[in-house]
Amino acid sequence: MAELPQAVRGFWVTFSTMFKKVVTEQYPEDAHKYPTQPRFHGRHQLNRWADGLEKCVGCELCAWACPADAIYVEGASNTEEERFSPGERYGRVYQINYARCIFCGLCIEACPTRALTMTNEFELADNNRADLIYEKKDLLGPLLAGMIEAPHAMVEGTTEKDYYANLVTGPATVNRGANS
Amino acid sequence: MSENFTTDVVPMVSVTIDGVVIEVPKGTLAIRAAELIGIEIPRFCDHPLLEPVAACRACLIEVEGMPKPQPACAQVVNDGMTIRTQESSEVAKDAQEGVMEFLLINHPLDCPVCDKGGECPLQNQSMSAGRPESRFEGEKRIFEKPINVSAQILLDRERCVSCARCTRFAEQIAGDPMIELLERGANQQVGVADEQPFDSYFSGNTIQICPVGALTSTSYRFRSRPFDLVSVPSTCEHCASGCSLRTDYRRGEITRRLAWDSPEVNEEWNCDKGRFGFTYLTDGRITTPLVRENGELRPASWPEAIDVAARGLAAAGSSTGVLTGGRLTQEDAYGYAKFARAILGTDNIDFRARATSSEETQYLRSAIAGTPVTVTYDALEKAPFVLLVAFEPEDESPMIFLRLRKAKTTVVSLGAVATRGLKKMGGTLLATKPGQEALVLRALPDHVKAALAQPGAVILVGERIAASAGGPSALAEVAAQTGASVAWVPRRAGERGALDVGALAGLLPGGRPITNDDARNEVAGVWGVDADALPRVIGLSGENIINAGSRENLRAFVIAGVDPVDLPDPEVTAVALARTAFIVSLDHHHSEFTQAADVVLPVALVTEKAGTFIDWEGRPRPFGQVFKDALAMSDATILGMLAKALGKQAGVWDGAGLRRELAELGQWTGVREELPSTGSAPLMSDAFRLASWRELLDAGVMQDGEPFLAATARPVIALISEAAAKQLGSPETITVGGPTGSVTLPVEIGDVIDDVVFLPMHSTGCSIYRDLGARIGSAVDVSAGGAA
Repeated sequence: MAELPQAVRGFWVTFSTMFKKVVTEQYPEDAHKYPTQPRFHGRHQLNRWADGLEKCVGCELCAWACPADAIYVEGASNTEEERFSPGERYGRVYQINYARCIFCGLCIEACPTRALTMTNEFELADNNRADLIYEKKDLLGPLLAGMIEAPHAMVEGTTEKDYYANLVTGPATVNRGANS
Repeated sequence: MSENFTTDVVPMVSVTIDGVVIEVPKGTLAIRAAELIGIEIPRFCDHPLLEPVAACRACLIEVEGMPKPQPACAQVVNDGMTIRTQESSEVAKDAQEGVMEFLLINHPLDCPVCDKGGECPLQNQSMSAGRPESRFEGEKRIFEKPINVSAQILLDRERCVSCARCTRFAEQIAGDPMIELLERGANQQVGVADEQPFDSYFSGNTIQICPVGALTSTSYRFRSRPFDLVSVPSTCEHCASGCSLRTDYRRGEITRRLAWDSPEVNEEWNCDKGRFGFTYLTDGRITTPLVRENGELRPASWPEAIDVAARGLAAAGSSTGVLTGGRLTQEDAYGYAKFARAILGTDNIDFRARATSSEETQYLRSAIAGTPVTVTYDALEKAPFVLLVAFEPEDESPMIFLRLRKAKTTVVSLGAVATRGLKKMGGTLLATKPGQEALVLRALPDHVKAALAQPGAVILVGERIAASAGGPSALAEVAAQTGASVAWVPRRAGERGALDVGALAGLLPGGRPITNDDARNEVAGVWGVDADALPRVIGLSGENIINAGSRENLRAFVIAGVDPVDLPDPEVTAVALARTAFIVSLDHHHSEFTQAADVVLPVALVTEKAGTFIDWEGRPRPFGQVFKDALAMSDATILGMLAKALGKQAGVWDGAGLRRELAELGQWTGVREELPSTGSAPLMSDAFRLASWRELLDAGVMQDGEPFLAATARPVIALISEAAAKQLGSPETITVGGPTGSVTLPVEIGDVIDDVVFLPMHSTGCSIYRDLGARIGSAVDVSAGGAA
């Protein structure tokens, strides 16, 4: 059999593809179908305890771990009148500069209270540098059911240790299980 | 002393450490001997400047012939001793790891929120000398945290490893044993007595030597982590002690200051004022030049302000007074000295913002200005005898206090009060009414005379000698008779430098008399000006400058960093400010002077320029610029701009150039002015006399914005003797009245001579110049009671 001309063989590939399943994602029209995997490194989130107090203690270990120098933290003292986190110290200023962040996740590994995690959010592009610096208010996780916006007091009768042991389950509820 | 590294001949012993044979001076501790061959034994309680205590047991080593491991920090090496550290001995390694495990049993794992985290010996050594896993499963000891041991010092008791560094410092170095280890076993903790906080002037050092995060400061707590900070070596600007400091900053803001190692000056210590008093460096600064228009100061551009200042100064010419305040660096003070003589053509200049006397001026010009270093800290430590004249070291130069205390020198203080500091130095009082020092100096007891005649004996004279008529004359006589060395200890960091560079009427740089033709020619040569243009007659100095201003004898003032409350006559100062036609103020904070000025030029502070302070010894203490991108200009740079605007030139005006000029000028070797000899003490009536000095922590502007520091200041009281109190009917409070007013203060009974009352010179609620119109040695009315 005589060889088909090269050009015809090429067109055959194109023609046969027309009958295969489409893999193209329609972005942004199909924005609900995010193409990220569950453990994708996206925008950070500052988590809260079950009663809404912040998990961040302002220790700056994330900033220390960051190879891109993208994180800036200033700690401060909680007071009885104004409490943002269990214990003595909270993060008064928390900034991540997404013009610098390389999404390596070392900050997440460094965090001693699991305050900092990453979401799947990847739409971070902007047209200026200033807006790429996310402040604490931009990074704090949403108030889930039962959470109350800080500052407020710890659940009555608890210490920070109860929080770290995950015994606090809501703004007024404590799980006094076998550990207590 | 725990060890002996002096240059004196000490017998050497040979010791084997981990197989290495090393010769060390007899009496060396095993931990130091190991350091010499590069072996670091873990330690917490060990500190080279404190007595060994072997409290923490972290440094256990194996010594051949001893049945159990020994603490290296307390083990003196003997000749032929064989030591094995953790490097070569399983026993030592196991012992050290065991101790570390014990220490960590009760130590919380709160490193992320602990101020020490990142620079913590416990963190570091638990990594290097500890086991990776803990076997402890029980409950850790918990204390309420933190507690205040003073307003400034916080204690987290559960972090403490009971090394006793802080308590040993307080007892051995500062002499303020106000903190102590209480309780026993696992409950052992540092504590203070009830109602008696740790209000030591040196309390901040305990934070720095704490090997864990148990002691922290209220002002620095949670402000940053050590790895955020950029550290710059600095020199303390608060007094003439000349301490080395480390200034730590983050994002253009100073977060803390630490004492830095300088064995010849401050060793490893400093005082709380130097450590915590830095808020003024950023708060309340003047940021732009200001020019007076229609009676109001308004912001102006630099060219405009310089132009207005130059026009005003040109109109006044040599009828100008220059006050430089005493806080300037040597370079800036030299800039003013040069500006006054070569640009303004006046000799009316003085660096002393305090009570002065012409006798003191003459003494300083003759005996101190531009003289080489004779008395040093080391000389104080070795001195057999030290006489203090009008000088209270703990308040006025704390590092001298620490050194005299360490030396256990025989100290005699000529004054009216046997102070807390004097007692801590083990000194005795040679009583005199304030102002009558000359009488006692001229009739010293024989044992004091004999002591002063010993080789190495020292007389330390404070700046308050100016308030004592005849004091400088009598001092010069005593020094000549006995051969004792004299050191003049001013209070402010820039005073000795300013004196050396000629920021005083009658003086050119290096101690040159302005009346001497050779001296004027030398200086004119370096400045590149005509020697005939320099003033040849001694100008006004000290209070005479202000007095001349108040009589409209001066047409302009150039004022740098002077606080009017420092000047002894506030009324005359106010009159002088109102009557003087033109005032240029170079300052960083507003004061009555800037408010009265026609032009205000903002200047750089010590963090924004490099410079040199000359400490009381005469030792240069150079420091670098902390904030490299600071926009503020130094005084000398601004004076150079003014000189240019006035159309005159005299050498260079930048820091490095000024230092070059000073080096070129060197010290004067020619004839010096004669010592004062005619002064004599006044006769005094039986009335109460006022003794006073500025306490270390008081209402000074450089302590502004530091509430926690201020809270550790001594209570503001009136100190009288027991007999005087009895005579007044043992009142709770007394009212002390002077020419212009009175203050009512709580009474404290102390070792003060009977007809003298001591008041702090410038503390909150008692400022003797402003509130009383009285001076040191003034007769005052003392009566019982009054509303406090």
